[in-house]
Amino acid sequence: MELTDRDYKLLEALEDGIPFTPEPYVVLGRHAGMGEAEVLATLERLCTGGVINRLGLVVHHRELGYTANGMVVWDIPDAEVARVAERLTDEPVVTLCYRRPRRLPDWPYNLFCMVHGREEADVRASLADMVERLGLNAYPHDILFSSRRFKQCGARYAQRRKVESIA
Amino acid sequence: MSVAATLSDLEKGLIDQYQRGLPLVSRPYAAMAETLGATEDAVIQALVNLQKNGVLSRLGAVVTPHRAGWSTLAAVSAPKDRVAEVAAVINDFPTVNHNYERDHHYNIWFVVAGSDKASVFETLRAIEGRTGLKVLDLPMEEAFHIDLGFKVTWS
Repeated sequence: MELTDRDYKLLEALEDGIPFTPEPYVVLGRHAGMGEAEVLATLERLCTGGVINRLGLVVHHRELGYTANGMVVWDIPDAEVARVAERLTDEPVVTLCYRRPRRLPDWPYNLFCMVHGREEADVRASLADMVERLGLNAYPHDILFSSRRFKQCGARYAQRRKVESIA
Repeated sequence: MSVAATLSDLEKGLIDQYQRGLPLVSRPYAAMAETLGATEDAVIQALVNLQKNGVLSRLGAVVTPHRAGWSTLAAVSAPKDRVAEVAAVINDFPTVNHNYERDHHYNIWFVVAGSDKASVFETLRAIEGRTGLKVLDLPMEEAFHIDLGFKVTWS
C-alpha cells in the first residue's frame, strides 16, 4: 500500500510512543493534526496493510535479563532457503529471520536469524538443539554474539520521519 | 537480580499479552484492564513503572522494513586497535540507529535507515570514505518471520 503524507504524520507522532493517558489517541491526534477517529482508522489501515508490523509494548530484552543476543547466519542453497526459514521461524527462540544477499567472496551467508537467551551458553545450546532436530548440520553456519552496544535508538527515515524498524 | 524479578503480575501480563494488538478503541487501557482483571488506572501506572525501570522502551509501532523508507544491515572489519575509533565514526551518522561490536572477523555491525535507497547508500559511501574500510551492505530481501514480540519465560 502507498503511504500518504497523513500516514507519515501519524507515524512521526508515534515515534515517541503512545501517551499514558485514558484517551491516548486523542493526544496522538493532536500531535499529528487529526481527530481521534482518523487516528484509529489510520492505525487500523497501517496494521492491516502490514506497514505497522505490531503495535504494543516495545521492550528491552537486556533489562528483562536476556543479555545474550546471537546473530546466527547460514549459507543455504537458494532453492532451499524458504523451506529452511519456515522451520526456523517455528522455533520459539528465533525472533527474526531474514534472507539477505551473499557478498562473495567476503560473505557467504544468505539467511540470518536472531536468537536471544539469558546467557551465551543458552543461545549456543538452543542453536545446537535446533541444528540437530531440524537436520541442519550440512549447512555452513556461524553465530555472532554482540560484545558491546555502541548505539541503539529508533530509526530516522528522514528528518521528520523517525520510526523504529526491525532491519 | 534482574529487573524482571521485581515486576508485578500486571506488569508481566502486559508484557505477555500486549507486545502486539494494542486495542484500537477510545479507552485502550480500560480495555486492557478488563482483559487482565485490573483497573484502567492500574494499567496506566504499570506502564509508567515499566518505562521508569527501563523494561519498556515505549508503547508504539514497529514498522515493517522497507515499507516506510529503506534500511540495511551493514558491517565492517576493523583492525582491533581501531574498533573504538571506527565505531565512533559510524555512530556519528544520524542515519545509523543500531551499532554493535560482534565477535567475528566482521566485528562492527550497524543498521542504516533513511527515506530512500539513495540516502542509505550515501551514508555507506561516507563511512567507507571516513574509515577507509570496505562496507558490507546486506539489505533484507525477504522476511520470513513476522516480529510478534518477545516471549519472556518468567523465572
